[in-house]
Amino acid sequence: MLIKDGVRVDGRKPDELRPIKIEAGVLYRADGSCYLEWGGNKIMAAVYGPREALPRHIQDPTKAIVNARYNMASFSVEERKRPGPDRRSTEISKVTSEALESVIFTELFPRTTIDVCIEVLDAEAGTRCAGITAAAVALADAGIPMRDLPVACAAGKIDGTVVLDLSSDEDKEGEADLPVAIAPRNEEILLLQMDGHLTYKEFEEALDLAIKGCKEVAKLQRKALLNKYKTFEVE
Amino acid sequence: MMRKIVLPGTEVGDAKSKLPGKGVFKEGNKIYASRLGILSEKGKYINVIPLSGVYDPNVGDNVIGVIQEVFKNAWIVDINAPYPAFLNLENVPWRVDYGETSKYLKVGDVIIATIAAIDEAKNIDISMKCKACRKIEDGIIIEIQPSKVPRVIGKNGSMLTTLKKYTQCWIFVGQNGRIWIKGEDERVNLLIKAIRKIEKEAHTFGLTQRIIKMLGG
Repeated sequence: MLIKDGVRVDGRKPDELRPIKIEAGVLYRADGSCYLEWGGNKIMAAVYGPREALPRHIQDPTKAIVNARYNMASFSVEERKRPGPDRRSTEISKVTSEALESVIFTELFPRTTIDVCIEVLDAEAGTRCAGITAAAVALADAGIPMRDLPVACAAGKIDGTVVLDLSSDEDKEGEADLPVAIAPRNEEILLLQMDGHLTYKEFEEALDLAIKGCKEVAKLQRKALLNKYKTFEVE
Repeated sequence: MMRKIVLPGTEVGDAKSKLPGKGVFKEGNKIYASRLGILSEKGKYINVIPLSGVYDPNVGDNVIGVIQEVFKNAWIVDINAPYPAFLNLENVPWRVDYGETSKYLKVGDVIIATIAAIDEAKNIDISMKCKACRKIEDGIIIEIQPSKVPRVIGKNGSMLTTLKKYTQCWIFVGQNGRIWIKGEDERVNLLIKAIRKIEKEAHTFGLTQRIIKMLGG
């Protein structure tokens, strides 16, 4: 029993997000950075570049390469995770790179790379969404030109009900998980994955709910960035 | 004066009445900011002045570079940009014969140069044929964030004049965020502290006054 009378295990309503805390510009040596807490997730994102792509044969003479690296700390999950890239994190790195690349003006920086490091310090379901959200804030903090500030949020299905932002227990016991990343200005979908089964109708409902959630997270992202720079005044 | 901070994707104007300048892009009939910065309107143009980011080279900038590689007819110079810069032996103030490049500038040598040309593939040519250009033989180099360089210089060079007046040091600020300092050890230390303070408090009011106070004015 994961949902009873419209209330979930952790007391949330079906369309309610977990608490989110975002802080921009936390690392001195990175060009841009972000620390994000989303429910039980704790994520650090750092952006380096645009910088010269090395070795030279990986350079693209027409555009910059966006190279995101998603990594889970060995202590981020209950059972110790063997450190280093695995099949899952390689996949998440790839889809994150592609999601971020589609909003960045890569053609402005030919022959360079933009490196995005996403470190999951503590994981509790929905880390890829939290990772993209944190990476977006770090990219803006690094002053990288973008069409929009990307944002991600998941929806899913538990006990036959479509809900927003699954927690760890709901993710394990539930029927489906649907992470979505969008560019909030025109609702362009940057990432869409699905685990589990949904009917067509349920899928549409979940997608709408996830987009609604994304827009709420987008507000928090903008607030975090303005918070860092609000004191900036020019004489 | 408080200015408006914009984020990527923030709508900043109408494309019918305004033109997109730097740091913005046009989509449909609207102009949006493409990066984090301060909104500024100059005539018909809408610009976003960046608050962060790496050094973006422009033709005519004076920069401080470090020789990275020596070829028979050119040097490759690190100018703190995403791209290395080329310094051809034609563009130095000395008469250099083909193959004799390393007699004049070796790997690790520091120079002041000006950016001569940038093509669309972002190949950067620099030249040492300018008034300030020279090989740096003494003093020290410190690095600051390139976006803070205008603050260290100040309006019409006011901050730079202040720093020079109170510390009696020789200062040269490269647009790429590298600063060359020369002077007595004690005063140089004080100056570095002052520059770090400017970098940290770049966004606040009355900074010049506080710097004067700090330097014992």
